[in-house]
Amino acid sequence: MARKQTVAVLTVTALTMALGACSSSSGESGGGEDGELSGTITVLTNRTDIVDTTLQDYAELFQAENPGVTVEFEAITDYEGDVSIRLNTQDYGDVLLIPNSVSKDQLPQFFEPLGTVDELSQEYRFVNEQAYDGDVYGIATFGTAMGYVVNTKVWEQAGITEPPTTPEAFVEALKQIGEKTDAVPYYTNYTDGWPLTQWQNNQGTIAGTDAVSIRTSQDDPWAEGNEQYAIDGLLYDVVAAGVTEEDPTTTNWEESKTLLGTGKVGAMVLGSWAVPQMQDAAEAAGGSADDIDFWPMPWQTEGTFSSTVSGDYKLAISKHSENKEAARAWVDWFLNESTFAAEQGGISPVVGAPAPDSLATFDALGVNQIELSPAPAGEETWDNDISNEAEIDLWGDKYRKQLVDVARGAADGDKESFFADLNSRWAAARANVVG
Amino acid sequence: MAVTSPTVATPTEPRKRSATSRPPRQRSGSLTPWLFLVVPLGLLLVFTYLPVANMVWYSFTSWDGLDAVKEGVGFKNYVDIFTRPELFRVFFVSLYYLVGALVQLALALYFATILSFSTRFRNFFKGVIFFPYLLNGVAIGLVFLYFFRPDGTLDALLGVVGLKDTPLWLGDPSIVNYSLAGTSVWRYLGLNFVLFLGAIQAIPDDVYEAADLDGATSWQKFRYIIFPGIKQIVGLSLILAVSGALSVFEIPFIMTSGANGSETFVIQTVDTAFRYSKVGLASAMAVVLLIIVLVISAIQRKFFPDEKGDLV
Repeated sequence: MARKQTVAVLTVTALTMALGACSSSSGESGGGEDGELSGTITVLTNRTDIVDTTLQDYAELFQAENPGVTVEFEAITDYEGDVSIRLNTQDYGDVLLIPNSVSKDQLPQFFEPLGTVDELSQEYRFVNEQAYDGDVYGIATFGTAMGYVVNTKVWEQAGITEPPTTPEAFVEALKQIGEKTDAVPYYTNYTDGWPLTQWQNNQGTIAGTDAVSIRTSQDDPWAEGNEQYAIDGLLYDVVAAGVTEEDPTTTNWEESKTLLGTGKVGAMVLGSWAVPQMQDAAEAAGGSADDIDFWPMPWQTEGTFSSTVSGDYKLAISKHSENKEAARAWVDWFLNESTFAAEQGGISPVVGAPAPDSLATFDALGVNQIELSPAPAGEETWDNDISNEAEIDLWGDKYRKQLVDVARGAADGDKESFFADLNSRWAAARANVVG
Repeated sequence: MAVTSPTVATPTEPRKRSATSRPPRQRSGSLTPWLFLVVPLGLLLVFTYLPVANMVWYSFTSWDGLDAVKEGVGFKNYVDIFTRPELFRVFFVSLYYLVGALVQLALALYFATILSFSTRFRNFFKGVIFFPYLLNGVAIGLVFLYFFRPDGTLDALLGVVGLKDTPLWLGDPSIVNYSLAGTSVWRYLGLNFVLFLGAIQAIPDDVYEAADLDGATSWQKFRYIIFPGIKQIVGLSLILAVSGALSVFEIPFIMTSGANGSETFVIQTVDTAFRYSKVGLASAMAVVLLIIVLVISAIQRKFFPDEKGDLV
């Protein structure tokens, strides 16, 4: 009898422990007694590809300087989705990248402030992008300039050696490639979806540094003359001109790198971070890294190209971290001492650091780099709120996939009707959010 | 169309009493079954009923999935759903899968019947038919992406028999749902097949023997022995087919993520929750789907009540 009760108690205890284990947190004490840092910090990363190599090397270097600290990585494949959900618990590592779904006013709920915007902007770039109420909650691991990756050999075959300067010239150039070469002029990467969202990073190229607050003040961002019309309109025109892959629904990102590298594809709109990956793919496939170049988008203001420069994922410290000092030391070390930004072909987040090789053509062309200014106080969440309310995922791939479907004639409608629908949804949502 | 098998607690056999032992106390007898049930019941509560209860609660809030505060909004989400007819348009896509599921049941019944007789290589064929069900859904999605691409496996196969002018299997909006439903049939056929085969093999051999003596043909055996014997399983499969067709998710989500007119209600729900951060509205959509499935199952049971097989 007594034994049976013990078994019952044990079973229940085991079950409770098994469930409880999900929420127990790691890490021991905070700072050491003699001022030296100690403890274990868990770093969440989206880079499953380099977590056991490059990142591990960084951890060893860091631990050599701070013997008391142990750095552990947790690589997450679906970073955005998984971490957004984990933020509901208190266990989301010590150092992590801020998921895009967190809106600005929620930053203080989840992350430690790293300093004021005024202070940190002396040292780092892109601090505005995850700041709220004057405090910075995340610093970019590296920055990216927007433009398109090209295989110059393909473009030369079609007789084009200079970046087109107008959207019409861009579409015309792609048509030339289609006629004179065997290459697919433009590859949308429709199936993977996220490469389509890269187009949104062009915001600011036309409208300037206040692009976001201009958009949130408009009822019709997709009307001719507005920036969103220019960006999405160009994508529409490219697809409608029939210069994209035959079947967009079966594309493959990894394969697209090789296709561009070997000259089977002419161009893809991406960030400058993609250049080293394309060069590697070109060499792996027997091509030459020199064939890969990065050109600015075909919009010019007063004869000069512009390119929006923005930060990638921002490093932040969990509000629930038990080793905040060690976590901060890792963030500082990672940004200043590690060679991460340079290795990724990105722009260093540190003010005054030299430009990466991938932007050599940008320098030669004198491309004007644009960094977006923060939304005015009180309007930080408008853009996000309006697009969610309108169910137009500016930073997702859903409406752009529909746009591609309409443009290639696989869905009903035309450019005018599609943009009119976007405008009316945007206006209705804006009325709700802004009031 | 997945099936979760209910955990069945087997009754414990009472210990045999020896001549000298005292009679067992009443209490221990009544406690034992509950001990066995603690773990399955605990898992069921924690991983099924608690999340559903939470979902119902969320459906009355305007939660965005992150915020610490979950503001109650009453029935607003439900009003939203029923004032936006475009949310229900995606149920048309389910019709493709429903037709697919019926084809799947017919095929499964056919193969199960054939392979329950002594057919040559029957174990090999059983394996071939069941194998796709064992594969991971993501792997199937990726394999079929290659299968359906222009000049891919399917086009190459058709090319061998002389069919050159093939459509874009996934790129053409009028064909994409057939391709996806076909993939779904390929994947889940094995499950129905095994259910039917198991039921058929449970029919005692002597019934067949008697039928043989009476000179029954294979069709007569199927019509008068096999089909009545597995009626219950067929009915269950029908219910699962309908609710499965309404809540199709995995295959279209992996292969097209709902683009190009292949969006289903569940994909739409997931997008609402995680793309537009409207977890409250999405929960309400999930509750509505749950109610629809329950109502349809109830109607079905009214028209096809499960009678006990009166074969034996």
